[in-house]
Amino acid sequence: MTHRLRVNPITCDGHGVCAELLPEIIRLDPWGYPIVPAADLPEDLIEPARLAAAACPTLALVVKKAPREDPEGRPPGRARRRHG
Amino acid sequence: MSVPEGLKAPEASGDTEFGRGRPMTAVVATRSSGGMRPRLLAGVSPGGPTGLVDHERSFGPLPLGWHPRRVIDTVERSGLVGRGGAGFPTGRKLRSVAAGRRSAAVVANGAEGEPASAKDRFLLTWTPHLVMDGITVAAQAVGATEAYLVLHHNATRLGAYLQAAAEARNVAGIDPVPIQVVGIPDRYTSSEQSAIVQFLSGGPARPTFAPPRPHERGVGGRPTLVNNVETLAHLALIARFGDRWFREVGAPSAPGSMLVTVSGAIGRPGVYEIAVGTPAGQVLMLAGGPTERPQAILIGGYFGAWLPAEVAWPVPMTHAALRAAGGALGAGIMIVLPESSCGLAETARVVRYLSEETAEQCGPCMFGLPALADALIDLAYHGGRGRAADQVAALIPLIEGRGACRHPDGATQLAASTLAAFGRDAAWHDRVGPCPGIRRRALLPVPAAAEGP
Amino acid sequence: MSLSLSGPGLWYATRATGLVTLLLLTAAVVLGVLTAGRFSGPAWPRFLTIGLHRNISLLAVAFLALHVGTTVVDSYTSIGLTDAVVPFLSSYKTFWLGLGAIACDLFLAVIVTSLLRQRLGHRAWRAVHWGGYLCWPVALVHGAGIGTDAARSWVFYLTIGCVGAVAGALAARIMSYWPERKLLRVAVVMAALACVVSAWTMAARHGL
Repeated sequence: MTHRLRVNPITCDGHGVCAELLPEIIRLDPWGYPIVPAADLPEDLIEPARLAAAACPTLALVVKKAPREDPEGRPPGRARRRHG
Repeated sequence: MSVPEGLKAPEASGDTEFGRGRPMTAVVATRSSGGMRPRLLAGVSPGGPTGLVDHERSFGPLPLGWHPRRVIDTVERSGLVGRGGAGFPTGRKLRSVAAGRRSAAVVANGAEGEPASAKDRFLLTWTPHLVMDGITVAAQAVGATEAYLVLHHNATRLGAYLQAAAEARNVAGIDPVPIQVVGIPDRYTSSEQSAIVQFLSGGPARPTFAPPRPHERGVGGRPTLVNNVETLAHLALIARFGDRWFREVGAPSAPGSMLVTVSGAIGRPGVYEIAVGTPAGQVLMLAGGPTERPQAILIGGYFGAWLPAEVAWPVPMTHAALRAAGGALGAGIMIVLPESSCGLAETARVVRYLSEETAEQCGPCMFGLPALADALIDLAYHGGRGRAADQVAALIPLIEGRGACRHPDGATQLAASTLAAFGRDAAWHDRVGPCPGIRRRALLPVPAAAEGP
Repeated sequence: MSLSLSGPGLWYATRATGLVTLLLLTAAVVLGVLTAGRFSGPAWPRFLTIGLHRNISLLAVAFLALHVGTTVVDSYTSIGLTDAVVPFLSSYKTFWLGLGAIACDLFLAVIVTSLLRQRLGHRAWRAVHWGGYLCWPVALVHGAGIGTDAARSWVFYLTIGCVGAVAGALAARIMSYWPERKLLRVAVVMAALACVVSAWTMAARHGL
């Protein structure tokens, strides 16, 4: 069981608190929005990641548990294109 | 940064008028590729849209007595994949929706947000009953109690016509689940799968992010099947003629026929039916061949990719082959760029258009796409400062994959393929300045800005 | 067993804890507005604003508990625990005390939903959180109307200070939210000035 960070880009409002609390992993793009890598979280950063998720003003950042065999960090179905 | 005034593209380009809300004057091609007899286009006659009676005469009656599982098995064996751009196996989609506990809903996506694509409107205009047959087959297969046919609400004449056709079928007792024709807002992102589902459930026509996916919980909480109208038209034929018939054309790994929309510097722009896997060059010759020496071909539309003409020419028109060649099949759109045009300028205008069509929900897309558009316009129209191409390249990873839907990814894929296919031009623009090609009449259609979502 | 004490000490405690609660609530509201406005400085990260906002609010809960506790325990008035949450039941200064109960209810709703924020989801939490904008003025008026200290000048100026702080924060927030609307900005500044001016005239009329 690994942990991963995921940000909901619709709810995210670019407050940037997560980047302040978890600078080892999250950095801000030129427009103030967090760049959240899809890689597994290192053990020692899981708790700080949880704090960052709790501090998010819009609850856009979540720490997700993922089964270890999923090679890509993407949520299922993201490969689906537009016109159905 | 805006495009210099004298170089703004007209709203519709070329002799063939594509684009939303405009009358279709595409060539009606009953001649298909490689001697293949028309399949989807078999019911099309140049005299006018095919009515219910003529439709049944062309194709025979629609078999409705099959068990749903048999339908799904047949579709799976046929190897049909979605024709809306993603290429997801249709049988698998049917199976996952049918597995839901509640009764399902079927949504036919005829919105066709891509300005350079005309095949969906073509089908709905000239042979709508084939699409509606497909909706009925799908509804039976997944156990649906609701069926929707979705198109842009600006297409009022087409919408009214389809409504009448659906009512005629209902009166004749053809559709066990009556088909509701629904108009959705004009914005590009509104024709995205999750946006349509949210709109039909009573919300705004904007893409959603969180799970559940539509096949689990979609319209009104029901498992929902969303399919492109061409996919459903194929379904209608498979239900009649079977999976082995479907596989008689095309490649074993990519069977069947598909519709392509060919435009640009081509002899006979229009909608054509080809066997999947036909080499791109052969398709272009079917459409009358390039009118000038071709420089590059945009395959897949505004969510696709540019390929240099000589690279694209022999590539089979399948998802896998185009991906391997560094391109994308998308919804079968092909635009031929001649030597005298500037690929950078065309792309810059398209990305500017895409940046104005966002759902304005996600920061990286809302702010990133305009920045990307500015950088591309800088490169194409104001070059000579040496940094513009690098700026475009630097922006792409900041935008890709960071939105709730694939809208920003389409723009970044287009931009990345532009730098790859027109790399020498980009270097020249950066060093010297804009080339004369920017003054040529625009080829890629860019409609006027749409209304809000 | 009912606990009841008497003596002026309790009464002072009630008034003091009430004032402190008001100050803490004011600070919490101002920090909340700053959070929404993404305020930050070179040595002031955003998580500091958020952290202070939360901790000061929790501190306010403690002082509110003391304020209510000392009131209930005091045998000088017949205010019971229910009067702290159910408004307009008490016979003692029914209206002004009732306002206090309303403010207390709103505050508790905001606090509880905030503690359960991640379970509730953003939308539900946000809907209740707007109640904070109602809680603060109700608490202020409760103090102004019920307090025996309201006539004291330093209490009065303290109250004016609280109003000024919140009005100023809101004005800054509104102006940064709509930077283009010149007319709106002028209107907001006028409204803020009007608050301060009317408070000053009230003070003058009471001869302070």
